[in-house]
Amino acid sequence: MNETAVALPRPTGGRILAWLQNYGVYAAIAALVVVNIAITPHFLTVENLRTQLVQVAPVVIVSLGMALVIGTEGVDLSVGSVMALATALLPLYLGYGAGPAILVALLGGVAVGLVNGSLVAFVNVQPIVATLCLFVGGRGLALVLAGGRLKDVHDVTLLNLGSSSVAGVPLPVVVAGALTLVVTGVVRRTTFGRQLVAIGGNRTASVLSGLPVRRVLLLVYVLSGVLAAVAGVLATARLQASDPSSLGLLMELSAITAVVVGGTPLTGGRVRVLGTVAGALLIQLVRATLIKHNLPDSVAQMVQAVIILAAVYAARGGSGR
Amino acid sequence: MLDARDIVKRFTGVLALDRVSLSLRPGEVHALVGENGAGKSTLIKVITGVYRPDDGEVRLAGRPARFTGPLDAGRAGVQAVHQEIGLVPDLSVARNLLLGREPRRAFGLLDARRMHETAARTLAAYGVRVDVRLPLRSLGVGAQQMVALARAVSVDARVVIMDEPTSSLEPREVDTLFGVIDRLRDQGIAVVYVSHRLDELYRICDGVTVLRDGRVVHQGTLADLNRIHLVSLMLGRDVAQVRAEGVTRFSGAHEASAGPPVLEAYGLSSRHLLDGVSLTVRPREVVGLGGLLGAGRTETAKAIAGVLPLDAGRVTVAGLRVRRGSATAAVRAGIALLPEDRKAEGIVPTLSVRDNIALAALPRLARGGLVSDARIDRIVDTFMKRLRIKATGPHQPVAELSGGNQQKVLLARWMATEPKVLLLDEPTRGIDVGAKAEVQALVDELAEAGLAVLLISSDLEELVEGSDRVVVLKNGAVVGELIGDELTEEGVMTTIAAEVQ
Amino acid sequence: MTTEQAATDAPVTHDTYALGRRDRVFGLIQRHGATAVLVLLLAVGSLSFSRFPTTENLGDIAITSSFPAMVALGMTFVIITGGIDLSVGSVFALGGVLAAYAVRWGTAAGLLVPLAVCGAIGLVQGLLIARVRLAPFIVTLAGLLGARGLLLSISHEGATTYLIPHGSLLARLGQGRLFGLGQPVYLTLALFVIGAVLLQRTGFGQAVYAIGGAEDAAALMGVRVARTKIIVYVLSGTLAGLSGALNAARLSSGVTILGTGMELDVIAAVVIGGTLLTGGAGSVSGTIAGVLLLGVIQNLINQIGDLSSSYQQVVSGAFLAVVVVVQTYLSRARRL
Repeated sequence: MNETAVALPRPTGGRILAWLQNYGVYAAIAALVVVNIAITPHFLTVENLRTQLVQVAPVVIVSLGMALVIGTEGVDLSVGSVMALATALLPLYLGYGAGPAILVALLGGVAVGLVNGSLVAFVNVQPIVATLCLFVGGRGLALVLAGGRLKDVHDVTLLNLGSSSVAGVPLPVVVAGALTLVVTGVVRRTTFGRQLVAIGGNRTASVLSGLPVRRVLLLVYVLSGVLAAVAGVLATARLQASDPSSLGLLMELSAITAVVVGGTPLTGGRVRVLGTVAGALLIQLVRATLIKHNLPDSVAQMVQAVIILAAVYAARGGSGR
Repeated sequence: MLDARDIVKRFTGVLALDRVSLSLRPGEVHALVGENGAGKSTLIKVITGVYRPDDGEVRLAGRPARFTGPLDAGRAGVQAVHQEIGLVPDLSVARNLLLGREPRRAFGLLDARRMHETAARTLAAYGVRVDVRLPLRSLGVGAQQMVALARAVSVDARVVIMDEPTSSLEPREVDTLFGVIDRLRDQGIAVVYVSHRLDELYRICDGVTVLRDGRVVHQGTLADLNRIHLVSLMLGRDVAQVRAEGVTRFSGAHEASAGPPVLEAYGLSSRHLLDGVSLTVRPREVVGLGGLLGAGRTETAKAIAGVLPLDAGRVTVAGLRVRRGSATAAVRAGIALLPEDRKAEGIVPTLSVRDNIALAALPRLARGGLVSDARIDRIVDTFMKRLRIKATGPHQPVAELSGGNQQKVLLARWMATEPKVLLLDEPTRGIDVGAKAEVQALVDELAEAGLAVLLISSDLEELVEGSDRVVVLKNGAVVGELIGDELTEEGVMTTIAAEVQ
Repeated sequence: MTTEQAATDAPVTHDTYALGRRDRVFGLIQRHGATAVLVLLLAVGSLSFSRFPTTENLGDIAITSSFPAMVALGMTFVIITGGIDLSVGSVFALGGVLAAYAVRWGTAAGLLVPLAVCGAIGLVQGLLIARVRLAPFIVTLAGLLGARGLLLSISHEGATTYLIPHGSLLARLGQGRLFGLGQPVYLTLALFVIGAVLLQRTGFGQAVYAIGGAEDAAALMGVRVARTKIIVYVLSGTLAGLSGALNAARLSSGVTILGTGMELDVIAAVVIGGTLLTGGAGSVSGTIAGVLLLGVIQNLINQIGDLSSSYQQVVSGAFLAVVVVVQTYLSRARRL
């Protein structure tokens, strides 16, 4: 048995992959930014940065929740439907003011999270299947609530959420930034955060160590639901309309991509919050770059597909599996 | 028939098999015995081609056999039937039995009717009379094992290796199995029989090979070997080895308090695993759990820690009853279990040394759900020093540490929760001599500090010297308790070897 | 040296003690629950709505269900191996666009081009899953994006909708009727019969079940795991492409926006039909019941009239949740 305490040497290829898994996303962003400064006119303008950040904010927020779920070796497919549910709930309660309406929308996210979490934690359903139920049903419910129609939103307070700025930074970006800090804090500094990662890393060991495994899992899905609802509210404010039929479509895919590209392994046991944010930014940047250079959306989608596969391949190689 | 000569197998520096030879005659039933880590499964894996030997060769019917894997070995007539039945539970019995060689009709379509007939007929010979269209899962474990055996034998087997075939069988099923083995013998098939149940070995086996620490310590006819001698061969250590490794580090200085026991377990029962195990441990006392592999030692520890579902029984800590089947409740009551399988059940490989140590104690290191890094650092620092954990620092991933240091990390995890009862399941297995002595000294120290310790060890010397009292288990039940002068290696072996009534 | 010769009077008879009556009932519910609910719904529908049990309406359910049914057939194979194919919605849409695009070179091209391209997508996914050993969930997620990207680039970012000329052979294939039922219904039925035979009566089918039930054990028993998995994903891709092509023929055009979210509806149908997402168990007949069940629910909701069709999603989602919970409890109860 090897009794030395030093790190076991990894083969060079493995080390490169491990490095790519951890820092590849930042390197890729840096490279893309440099390329864009060189070849894209008006890239480094405040206006462009604002647009890019506002567009990416909801994805970032949803991805934060997704990162927590994936950290427990799960996945949440229902996030797009939660966004639709939130946007459908908003106009129904705007009569009581923006505050109560937003609260109800967030409660919608909590409810979805409770259902998902109960199925996973107590009934022991696989996460993909458990969240599939509300992926299907959630959007339907949203459409039923909204009567299947797009509704314009006129509430000033709510609209301000989408359009106002704090010190020149658009509010959705501020919210995304603040939530990133909060989630970072949760993962690093709370009992819950530590337990969540341990459960994803080794469920048996967590049970044996007396961790409240079920409670933690339930809470993780609730958090994911709430964060998705926040994203739904912000997206509604920016669109100035409630459109449950299209809001948040394919959001689960974007969020999973951001998390995976950001270096969080799908096998759980690790959550990289900043990496996740970077992953969302990277995909936004790729899309923006392609679009700015008149490359069609189709190419962007195919590029995104390749990025996902590359990230998963790197994750697999880096962890030696 | 099968001839393995001077097999050597190393794993990252550890010698798992040291010039092991095994020779089987046609129609011989050969017992392969040894404790965990003795090298039995490695030897089986070398024979069936899972591992390639570093030296030596396997010959089948006189010709060198280099199998690329169990599948290849099976085609050549060397079949292994394992404890974890290598079949598909959701497929029907018939399909499991005949998968890959189903009777066909025109166009390569399966002939279901003929398949069911063949399966039913084949299985009847094994005493299994069931509706073969039912999923395999619906059969009892014993019957499932028969199906696995029938499948293994029906592909023109020449050598059949049975790994703990009776561990989950009812007595009458064991009789059936032995009937089958007798028939195999008559057909000239060689059988390797791996088991720890002495009664069975003596009933069915002709030859015996005893492995210990990767070496053959005895080979011969079983009838020439009495029970007590066999047990001592399996468990004992030779004088030379003791000299090389030194004696254990147990001082025996601590004295069990005369007060009431802190841990009391009554009538722990779980089908096939535990049969009414009761035991008590007082503060400052180390109680050893003796017995052979599969006797129910690990299961007893897991039952006390709330992770093994129980059919009956109760556990109390300091007089308070612990909610059954809840690990969280057990931990809160002050029970700590150091599991046997460090990798699968102990460490969280993705986390650092620090986070692994703090894991179980998180609630007491936090206020309002917020963890205090300062407190964690303090406790981690204390225990890393006290247990002399060798790591580049608290932030090194735990997966990079050696086995001994991982074990210390797990001990630290539990000590941080200030438990009342410590259950140690093979705490020194697979760690090197130095670390082993350190862990043994720690166990002593902890008992001295007032903990109640339950020690499971297959190392007889460790068990006898480390414990104040040893409870011996056999087939999931307590068969004896040794204390004071009776507590010797020989005493334990005699208790294990005693025939069951 | 066969065991039959060794047969002597066996001393013990094993009974299947783990399989009581309760267990049989559970097994029945799992396998035929969807069919039972389907029959019940048909009865309720016929009693409640006069326009429901008409030949025309039922024929309508049959034809609209036949397209997801083909996709679900491939998905059933994939799920029984313990995998999942999230790309089928995109591949379905791609198949339609390719058919409409390629029909200019003749009917054969209009069918073969989508089948070949979609089969190739399945092949690539299968290789990544079986040989590179990436998670099916992620590979087919990338496949979903890739296929949609391909579709968009063929259709000039969705700006061009290719038409299938009326009266062309391809269009007739999609729109034609036989004994009052749309032709695709017959094709679907034929495909399901072939699928059932493949699954129940061939070595390939045995391999599919064995891999999903216990992959390591299957490999030890000599099942060619990688090859079987690759075939399964090729099958799923090809069937999704075929379904898309025929759907385009029925609509006379390759509509680019179809198929979004279809993968999850299809998975839902398969699961409702009693196929376990953990793999190893399931049936083609259950899948057909699952698809029809969702189709009938949709139709009944349309019958109610003042209900929006969105209720269908709510009902499907809720139904799926119930099925999943029941399945989990059933399989746990049976495994204990």
